[in-house]
Amino acid sequence: MLAKRIIPCLDVRDGRVVKGVNFEGIREVGDPVECAAEYNKQGADEIVFYDITASHEGRGVMLDVVRETAKRVFVPLTVGGGIKTVDDIRDTLRAGADKVSVNSQAVKNPQLIKDGADIFGSQCICVGIDAKKTPAGNWTVYINGGRIDMGIDLLDWVKEIERLGAGEICLNSIDTDGVKGGFDLPMLKAVVDAVSIPVIASGGAGKLGDFAEAFQKTDCSAALAASLFHFKELTVQQVKDDCRAKGIIVR
Amino acid sequence: MIAIVDYGAGNIFSVKNALDYLGLDSRLTDAAAEIEAADEVILPGVGAFPAAMKMLESKGLVPVLQAQAKKKPLLGICLGMQMLLEKSYEFEECEGLGLIGGTVERIDAPGLIIPHMGWNKLEMGIDCPILKGLPEESYVYFVHSFAAKNCDKSLAAWVEYGGKVPAMVYDGGNVFGAQFHPEKSGEVGLQILKNFGGLV
Repeated sequence: MLAKRIIPCLDVRDGRVVKGVNFEGIREVGDPVECAAEYNKQGADEIVFYDITASHEGRGVMLDVVRETAKRVFVPLTVGGGIKTVDDIRDTLRAGADKVSVNSQAVKNPQLIKDGADIFGSQCICVGIDAKKTPAGNWTVYINGGRIDMGIDLLDWVKEIERLGAGEICLNSIDTDGVKGGFDLPMLKAVVDAVSIPVIASGGAGKLGDFAEAFQKTDCSAALAASLFHFKELTVQQVKDDCRAKGIIVR
Repeated sequence: MIAIVDYGAGNIFSVKNALDYLGLDSRLTDAAAEIEAADEVILPGVGAFPAAMKMLESKGLVPVLQAQAKKKPLLGICLGMQMLLEKSYEFEECEGLGLIGGTVERIDAPGLIIPHMGWNKLEMGIDCPILKGLPEESYVYFVHSFAAKNCDKSLAAWVEYGGKVPAMVYDGGNVFGAQFHPEKSGEVGLQILKNFGGLV
């Protein structure tokens, strides 16, 4: 059977790793290539770079980071943030990424998912989603780093992106992101049950047991965290040991 | 020198990066002369079988690879592994290189997600020199929707995914095929590439 994946995410701005809490109060935490190499050593199953650079020049810097990382890290690399066109996808994959994660642009232009999947294969198109609970009890999809509510129902959106050929979903809960109270299990379960492509849980991991809990209570395929690993509160290895002790298959 | 066959399919740079990291001399090439001069050959590949075979044919590399496989170690990776087999049924029936007995068919795993994507644990079959020295629990990274079938005699390793999915095929001589991506399989994958590089 496939192992459940533990994925550290590195937020990168202008070629440096940064970390924000609830998308604000950004602080710098280091060199992305070194951070990726360290996670690789800890047993990360995949590494995600999330590029929060706004400028066009910054994209070139990000591709350099990917190129350098690909020379030293031999697990799958995913790059998200700022990917707007098929050419962006191509450039990112050519630099050495195995997958791209498209987020806001997929909402604005869903055809990008279909074109990307048709040209490069579904396996390299991950769709990142930021979603938040509404007073009515459902969830809606946000763009631009969680700032703009598109009013699109989350479960409608995940079915649509599966239909368009996405290979994977990375689901971030705005409600739990940065709060460290655990993943948003009701949202996660609803999405996992709505689609048959793999779902990565994101946003909210705060302690060791949160990862195993996500795998025990939902059929998510992977769990992602950023600050927890950055600030060395936990290592990837500790998380895997905890999962293994609870009977969850990990590498 | 290891020739990495560059026929226009897939992310070949990650294979090159891994060999560079291991200090194994390699070259990306689509030239018959370079493949013939190499000590070993790696045939990578991502994408669809018929398109990849057509690209090999258009470069005149099918007879070159078939001849070189008799003389030196050849490692097919992912689609490159599938092309070592006799025939594929991806989109249409299509002849492969025929270096390993068997066919390529869609993975039949009811209730499981296709593509088979992620880390899965190797179970060992026939003795294979490039699988030496691996930890007892060795996980490797897969991304594929089609898989080898009817290749029991050459089955050096498999993984469990709705049944036995071939992970490594070996003809007992020079020809090796990895369905997984050793260049993306962490330390285990690097060890396999190092073993391959150490064959000559």
